[in-house]
Amino acid sequence: MSDAPALPEETVEKARPPIAEAWEMFRKNHAAVAALVVLILIVLAAIFGPALYGTDPFDMVWAPFSPPGADGFLLGTDYLGRDLTALILSGARVSLVIGLAAALVSVFIGVTVGALAGFYRGVVEEVLMRITEFFQVLPTLLFSMVIVALFGASLPMITFAIGVVSWTAVARITRGEFLRIRELEYVTASRASGASNLKLMFKVILPNALTPIIVQSALMVGGAILFEAGLSFLGLTDPNVVSWGQIIGSNRTYILESPFTVTIPGLAIFITVLAISLVGDGLNDALNPKLRQR
Amino acid sequence: MSDLLNVENLCVRFEVKRGGMFGKKSYLHAVDDISFAVKKGETLAIVGESGSGKTTAALAVARLVNAWRGKVELDGRDILPLDGAELRRARRRVQFIFQDPYSSLNPRQRAEAIVKEPLDSLSDKPEAEKAEIVARLFKAVGLRPEQQRLFPHQFSGGQRQRIGIARALATQPELIICDEPVSALDVAVQAQILNLLRRLQKEFGLTYLFISHDLGVVQHMSDSIAVMYMGKVVEHADRISLFSNPLHPYTAALLSAVPSVDKARREATKRILIPGDPPDPMNPPKGCRFATRCPLAEARCRETPPALREVASGHRVACHLVPDPA
Repeated sequence: MSDAPALPEETVEKARPPIAEAWEMFRKNHAAVAALVVLILIVLAAIFGPALYGTDPFDMVWAPFSPPGADGFLLGTDYLGRDLTALILSGARVSLVIGLAAALVSVFIGVTVGALAGFYRGVVEEVLMRITEFFQVLPTLLFSMVIVALFGASLPMITFAIGVVSWTAVARITRGEFLRIRELEYVTASRASGASNLKLMFKVILPNALTPIIVQSALMVGGAILFEAGLSFLGLTDPNVVSWGQIIGSNRTYILESPFTVTIPGLAIFITVLAISLVGDGLNDALNPKLRQR
Repeated sequence: MSDLLNVENLCVRFEVKRGGMFGKKSYLHAVDDISFAVKKGETLAIVGESGSGKTTAALAVARLVNAWRGKVELDGRDILPLDGAELRRARRRVQFIFQDPYSSLNPRQRAEAIVKEPLDSLSDKPEAEKAEIVARLFKAVGLRPEQQRLFPHQFSGGQRQRIGIARALATQPELIICDEPVSALDVAVQAQILNLLRRLQKEFGLTYLFISHDLGVVQHMSDSIAVMYMGKVVEHADRISLFSNPLHPYTAALLSAVPSVDKARREATKRILIPGDPPDPMNPPKGCRFATRCPLAEARCRETPPALREVASGHRVACHLVPDPA
């Protein structure tokens, strides 16, 4: 082969990894950066807090309803005289783990369903989207309550119950992206290069569809934490582990006498979910190329 | 020389549903019974306006859309019924250059990975050899070796099309289908890419099926030309006789629309205007499809569709008004 002359008029810009570009955009969203700091603190507290703090959340350490700050307990004690600080710290673990795991379950189901529907179209799409609609119109809390009531309130079952009712949004987003991307020429080009359907779906289309899916799943972690709080408030939870919703649920009878026992775990949920939402919003700004051009 | 590609009675139709899930099915015949052949080492251009079916025909020849009926023979062997390993073997011999260099490259792949993809899927060469082939291809299309590590958005349109060309060359194909490879590029870059394609054709003995709506480009590139209108080939001839003696009224109108800097030629060819738009492709006219817009149409044109017949050596036309050779 002979070589063609190099072309002077076409210049090459410097290579810059897309991650660096995304981080720059994320940094411009101050609320998201602040939320990220808060979220990191919450995660660190959940990982190291219980070990560092030392008190067993199930120990009755003092008289019930000791208000925050009094008697040497930072957040006070609950209706059984348990240390609320210890409860909040170990509750953070359960809430975060269930939030993450449930989001993963629903992303897994949603991406699979959406990818198959968007890629194969036709009958496959019809059937899968009707199933998706079926799950969309189901009363979600009721359905997951039925699952937990039937199969037991273990953590994996609660995670599954939350995941199985919240995957529809991911499925719809994934399908939409697949419908758009499958018509692009680079997909046809890969097909001309001999790529199999499986390779087209998961190595060509999915990486390009990932942005909105990532944003949606970040938001879904917050949603799953709320959902778990709802279930454990109703008592549908493993009684041997503490979660924020469970603290609220068990103290709800005494909401008028000592409101702090419900407000404090409530605030913990509120701050965590808000932080996750703001970070998700920042991710959307950072990863969405249309906004990037502004 | 013998024909590398021989297309016979190729038809492509798309299902169109009207009125939701239980609506009536009807079909749009995008490519309606076309036949042509391309000799080894030559270039056949297919020209026509948007919606004439030229791109669909090209995609069907490359097995990228399904043909409804007809034959696509490569060296005398029909590739339409092939699948599995045999289809992959055929894909190695037929490659495609796409129209839009901005959407034809995967934005998440590096340039080297894009060029290597056909080798990954279609050959079983060791990695070291693939890397060597990619390096040679970059050189052959005029890209620098250090550009292999870049992502598509870091290239200009012309450079992107060079990557697309390198990808098409990777499996050492015999037939390359170029679907309007320069229509998305600046005029200055167009010339570079066209010259590159011609140089590569000589170097590797490639056969081109060249889809275009730009007659200036076609004149520069092709050995013979097929003119398509609404899914039909209306005229098919070698370049010189088509440009000097267009027989079909549609071809004549197309040629008269080519701007020229040659004053004598400009004055000699009167501009023929075609009134109106092409008719609804879902419901084509029953006679000649061009009859609704043809300035010369007669009653028989609206009644019976004209067949494509040879009126001079190698010059075929589908028009009732062209007399048979004496």
